Amino acid sequence: MDIIITGLLLGGTYALIAFGLNMQYGVARIMNLANGEFLVLGALAAFWIFLADAISPILTMLIVAPLAFFGNWVIYKVLLRPLVRRAKNQGQLEVDSILATFGMSFALVGIMVSIHGEYFTYSYLAEPFEIVGETFALNRIVAFCFAVLIGGALWLWLYFTRPGMAMRAVSVSTEASGLVGINVPRMSALAFALGGAVTTMGGTLISTFITLDASVGVIFTMKALIIIIMGGVGDIRGAIVAAVILGLVETTVARLIDPGLTLAAAYAIFVLVLLFRPQGLFGRRPT
Amino acid sequence: MSHRSDIKSLIWGAILLLLAACVPLVANGYWMSIALTIAMFTVLATSWALFSGPTHYISLATAAFFGVGGYLVGTGMSDYNMGFWPMVAIAPIVGAVLAFLIGIATLRLSGVYFVIFTLGLAEMIRTLVSWIQNNFTGSRGLYVLTDLTEADIYIYLVILAAAVYLAGWWVNRSRLGFALRIIGNDETVARHVGINTATSKVILFTFSGFVAALVGALIAPRYTYIEPNGVFSPELSFIVVIMALLGGTGRLWGPIVGVIPFALLQEFINANYSNYSTLVMGIAFLVIVYFLPKGVVGRIEQALATRRRSTW
Repeated sequence: MDIIITGLLLGGTYALIAFGLNMQYGVARIMNLANGEFLVLGALAAFWIFLADAISPILTMLIVAPLAFFGNWVIYKVLLRPLVRRAKNQGQLEVDSILATFGMSFALVGIMVSIHGEYFTYSYLAEPFEIVGETFALNRIVAFCFAVLIGGALWLWLYFTRPGMAMRAVSVSTEASGLVGINVPRMSALAFALGGAVTTMGGTLISTFITLDASVGVIFTMKALIIIIMGGVGDIRGAIVAAVILGLVETTVARLIDPGLTLAAAYAIFVLVLLFRPQGLFGRRPT
Repeated sequence: MSHRSDIKSLIWGAILLLLAACVPLVANGYWMSIALTIAMFTVLATSWALFSGPTHYISLATAAFFGVGGYLVGTGMSDYNMGFWPMVAIAPIVGAVLAFLIGIATLRLSGVYFVIFTLGLAEMIRTLVSWIQNNFTGSRGLYVLTDLTEADIYIYLVILAAAVYLAGWWVNRSRLGFALRIIGNDETVARHVGINTATSKVILFTFSGFVAALVGALIAPRYTYIEPNGVFSPELSFIVVIMALLGGTGRLWGPIVGVIPFALLQEFINANYSNYSTLVMGIAFLVIVYFLPKGVVGRIEQALATRRRSTW
């Protein structure tokens, strides 16, 4: 029971991070391997502001989100748009964007290490909280609730507004949505920026209950990617299920075997998905 | 390629290799150690480019295979009382089997899956190995004590480099190399003309895994003390990718053009500004993508081609 709830709580936050990367890859078609570094930036901001002024990380999100949105928008416009224009096909764009975002991720790690080279340790809402007779840390529950809130708001926006619909159209086909008058470059930039903002907020939330350091971003990128592949690219429902599965499996392995083996557990899931359902949990096999 | 130019390039290659083999006669101490690093990365980057160059599949698994090689030598000699050479014989086979398994699991699918899989591979194996060591074998660090000097290892690596170059030269001329180039240009076309794309990719990837594990095993005596955190450092994979792409993967001798300057740059950065090595790697990636998409060699060939056209 304890494991199931902890796993669920972790899965909720993972789903939010994967949501961010899904927007960047599914809509903007950029395989952003610097995604995890934005997560760490969100965590660093929370840590910093908490230490300086004891401002709650939840409030920090309000500052972090617009900054991350703007930062990612600039990155897309300045660095990634030229690659999209240069690429002759999707494969070329993938290779170029992977290498370029590697560059960004290392550059960001380098900068963050020079700002704060140690663990981002702080304590926020580390109080016990009871659910069905078992105690959990309050910060995990608060983070989960906010992840659900942010994710839910985004989902509503995507499915019940015109820009949201345009964005989903771009994720289905860039060419076709260009033909029906959607401004594809603008939508892609928006999706990339939004995705970056979501991931950064996820980082702020995660930092309340997991201690991060400047170089840990790649692990989270890896996890988000595994969730997206397991759920199917662009499939929100699949991503949520996949995130919960990953959260549950990681928590189980950490509790019952060894906390050091969570990455190996994530890999085991990844291999199973690649071997048996490479199209994603709910995806259809391409004909 | 005509028969005569083949022989010519072989002779040139042999002369350069002989020159490389003479380095230990003139260099010592500090410079010998740099030459060894360059030799190591030459083998790694060239074998990386054999697979990733024509197919455009970016492999980040080099550190994993390299680590497996180094770690096997360490554990074999410390925990199981094996000799150095038997372990050097076993390590590349394990590396090749590992690469083969990863290849058949991921290379049937699109390239992104492969990149993602290899991205965390070294880290994953490191955590697994640390866990096994902590819980079952007990020892954390392993000693590799041999009487090999850096110059000896250097010579072995130069010989290995020669073998890799020969293999690459042969692959480029063979049907396999031709198939890989078609896969790199358009995988759908390749499949439609009847190329078994997965098999071709897996063969080359297995070869690169074999070579990387062998390099890891051969170079283990240099470090004497083997620890999982050291040999499975994911940074190695990225450095190999940067070096190969910086030189250019269009030609067999492209990677070495990137290896030498970047190894020297790394040496300089590590000695003087070690805090900035990650930042430098990031900038190197960005420079390659935006300014040198075909590497230094590609840029030079392009310049030569335009010059030739303008003089006519």
